[in-house]
Amino acid sequence: MSMLEINNVYKTFNPGTINEKKALQGVNLSLEAGDFVTVIGGNGAGKSTILNMITGVYPVDRGTISIDGVDITKMPDYKRAKYFGRVFQDPMMGTAADMQIEENLALALRRGKRRTLKSGITGKERAMFKEMLATLDLGLEDRLTSKVGLLSGGQRQAITLLMATMQSPKLLMLDEHTAALDPQTAAKVLTLTNQLVTRDRITTLMITHNMKDAITYGNRLIMMSKGRIIFDVSGEEKANLTIDGLIHKFSESSDEMLSDRTLLQD
Amino acid sequence: MLEFIQSLPSPIAQGMIWGIMAIGVYITYKILDVADLTVDGSLGTGGAVLVVLTTVYHVNIYLALVVAFLAGCLAGLATGVLHTKFGIPAILAGILTQLALYSINLGIMGGRANTTISWRNFYLIVSSKTDQLWFTILKCGLFIFAIIAILYWFFGTELGYSVRATGCNLAMARSNGINTDSRKILGIVLSNGIVALSGGLLAQFSGSADINMGRGAIVIGLAAVIIGDVLFGKIFHNFALRLVSVVIGGIVYYIVIAAVLKMGLNPNNLKLFSAIVVAIFLAIPYWKSKISFKSKKTDTETAK
Repeated sequence: MSMLEINNVYKTFNPGTINEKKALQGVNLSLEAGDFVTVIGGNGAGKSTILNMITGVYPVDRGTISIDGVDITKMPDYKRAKYFGRVFQDPMMGTAADMQIEENLALALRRGKRRTLKSGITGKERAMFKEMLATLDLGLEDRLTSKVGLLSGGQRQAITLLMATMQSPKLLMLDEHTAALDPQTAAKVLTLTNQLVTRDRITTLMITHNMKDAITYGNRLIMMSKGRIIFDVSGEEKANLTIDGLIHKFSESSDEMLSDRTLLQD
Repeated sequence: MLEFIQSLPSPIAQGMIWGIMAIGVYITYKILDVADLTVDGSLGTGGAVLVVLTTVYHVNIYLALVVAFLAGCLAGLATGVLHTKFGIPAILAGILTQLALYSINLGIMGGRANTTISWRNFYLIVSSKTDQLWFTILKCGLFIFAIIAILYWFFGTELGYSVRATGCNLAMARSNGINTDSRKILGIVLSNGIVALSGGLLAQFSGSADINMGRGAIVIGLAAVIIGDVLFGKIFHNFALRLVSVVIGGIVYYIVIAAVLKMGLNPNNLKLFSAIVVAIFLAIPYWKSKISFKSKKTDTETAK
């Protein structure tokens, strides 16, 4: 059985108005357990909308979404959150700024569990968090009680990544999670992402604007345009992809003009 | 001056009772990041419930205080449901409940705008009777200690963490599986329970529950929170100490009020004075950020 099954999903924003936007037009996607899929496509192609449909930020107009055999199409977002780990583009969005590093991690550790009147964090967990933070190599292991708001964007994104992966989610969703970081930090966060994902064999959807990253990472690549998946490669073919080949593929299957603004080549 | 100092215990006691109320405001305003105006009504609800239960039904006054707390919780529940399930903005939801509570509070007091409770006829937990003042201050201190201890414990639990996360970052909370609607309701319920408890104490202290006792309460609560923040924000980082600073803020507020009254301010202008003071304190952080922005701009301009 596949880990994620998206069946003929449609979504139109502001239907019947001048701002009508057909964001998804019959998307079908099936992910096997352990797939690390990179998603590319121009602005407005529907990449982020797909993630928002999976996580339940908005309801779908039509179609079904199931995860590990469970139909989640109508499940409220906070309930289906137990299946997912998610890292947003905006480093501010994945963590609670006014709360301490260890409190943020403890919150994520309880994703999908009943939150009771037991202590919000235990000594054992604290020791575990310290170890996890040490692997980041950002010196955060000595700052467990610092407010997350005091950290840099890259540090916050690294912590969000830990929070998203610590429970081995059924699906990890990365929404251009390095786009807001400086190149050096972005590379570091991306390396860390790859480490965590391959180590725990987490099924992953990674949206990126960067073609090189899309080719380098993962075992499968999909390209979206105008609310549809227009290109889907995996295995050998994916491994042999080049940026030129990708651009060729894009112009072949889409009448949309490719611009450097929407897809970065390096 | 000496006379003023000798009269201080009264505003201190009053400030402590309002400090409890301000702790309730702190939960919504600071932790949940919601301006909840229900408190203007739920303070009176607490006072009305306590006075009526004690004087009419002869219920034990401590039990009556517990019921007052629960009545406040119900008021908060109404606002919370209006906000999360009816999709009404929090401020408006609070105003609606507050308006409804005017009728409800009148109903509780049997249609009268004012119901008295006197230390002459009833045992009171707190009172403004001069020879009881120090005892009142001590008891208020115990209440404050207990409330802060309970809140400190609660916001350190798994559930408490999730309420804090909800107020801090809605997207983060939901993507970590937190039902943010239920957490908002919980926070508003808890806040109004505490406010109503403070109303129950206030009615004893002032000798009556009055339909207008809660008018402008939110402003006094905010004043206490802000004064506490301005005075101790840089030193107190621990959550319990923050709550202590809120209570001190309430006390300072009432000492200042007593002082300006002493200096001859017409009591009719008291609410105007309070509004101006709170407006200024709310504006200070905004002005500060503007000034630092300007100076930064001039820096870069001179650099050019």
